Amino acid sequence: MSDAQLAPALAEIRDDFLALEQRERLQLLLEFSNELPELPERYQDHPDLFERVVECQAPVYIFVEVDADDIVHLFATAPKESPTTRGFASILSQGLAGLTTDEVLGVPDDFPQTLGLTQAVSPLRIRGMTALLARTKRQVREKTAAA
Amino acid sequence: MAVDVDPSPTFADYAHPERLVSAEWLLEHQGEPGLVVVESDEDVLLYETGHIRGAVKIDWHTDLNDPVQRDYVQGEEFARLLGSKGIARDTTVVIYGDKNNWWAAYALWVFTLFGHEDVRLLDGGRDKWVADGRELTTDVPAPVPVVYPIVERDDTVIRAFKEDVLAHLGNPLIDVRSPEEYSGERTEIPGYPTESALRAGHIPSAASVPWARAAAPDATFKSRADLEAIYKGDAGLKEGDTVIAYCRIGERSSHTWFVLTHLLGFENVRNYDGSWTEWGSAVRVPIVQGAERGEVPAR
Repeated sequence: MSDAQLAPALAEIRDDFLALEQRERLQLLLEFSNELPELPERYQDHPDLFERVVECQAPVYIFVEVDADDIVHLFATAPKESPTTRGFASILSQGLAGLTTDEVLGVPDDFPQTLGLTQAVSPLRIRGMTALLARTKRQVREKTAAA
Repeated sequence: MAVDVDPSPTFADYAHPERLVSAEWLLEHQGEPGLVVVESDEDVLLYETGHIRGAVKIDWHTDLNDPVQRDYVQGEEFARLLGSKGIARDTTVVIYGDKNNWWAAYALWVFTLFGHEDVRLLDGGRDKWVADGRELTTDVPAPVPVVYPIVERDDTVIRAFKEDVLAHLGNPLIDVRSPEEYSGERTEIPGYPTESALRAGHIPSAASVPWARAAAPDATFKSRADLEAIYKGDAGLKEGDTVIAYCRIGERSSHTWFVLTHLLGFENVRNYDGSWTEWGSAVRVPIVQGAERGEVPAR
């Protein structure tokens, strides 16, 4: 995998995880989980806009916004009883922040597998993040096509 | 030495009331020598967000499953795991977890495969504990490691393999998946499409009893009378029946195994952990689609 394609924020998140021992990686994931921002007010009463990520074991919903400058904004919501899923959503929302549509579409599909979490979290659970990324990219494609 | 059983009248009607404890009992016995409380959740991080004081964590996926083969850990790993959690062979273990004790029951079933004698569930699990506003802490205990003996897992009594299920056909089977999975409309549990099978439907003659029917809205187990109405009434089980329960990977059905074995007193219940992810992908095994149970094929 070439780092040329990987956005700096995502590369930094990946390197942070890989620098830690297995158990500490869980703690970092928990920090991400706690950092998942609340939805902005304009979206709080609009569950209709959000897409359920059915591949995740917890109810997680995402919504992608592409602004006038072609910048992608990923909004996600997941219950506090599902910290792992919240952590996955938070990693993507922070890692993709400020990227253009092309840059988001260029994120390697296997990014979730490169975080070194498959052992600490299990491969099955990591698949939820892969689906989150895939659905985010699909929404970006749809929104770019519609524009 | 085992810790006292919970004398609560709530549990008295069950076949084995000693398998359940209440939050009140737990608070009373917390920290007593010979007792270890274990949290076992679906979400691998939930324990880290806060848990019952003194509880240790055991994860169904990263601790109890073999990382390579589709199987549970062997005696050596199990001994190492339990010893590191301060659990000795005669320790009273109380397990609790999220989602109606779904994964807690799975862990209890695996403990039972290794013959750990005194293992109980906290009735209502994590959900009720939180709903009742009880204390959670992020302090992780540092248990003093003890020696747990290396015990060979016994897969012959409460575990069924595919060949056992084929030989069992004609005897009662309980399918604990969702009605959509049972009828074959979908191969995976709603919300869990990552563990799929190639074919959809159910094992011929299996009765459909979604696992969560055994739980009350507050995540505790339903009363014995209610459970009898479901399993003996609706599903038609009879006293003395030999039963196999299955789901998708064997976790939901270990909850049902607990109910049938410890709450209703059935003595010959096995959990088929290969479940639909194996059966629905196996070559030339009989499958029925639709809401009807279907006939066992002539052999």
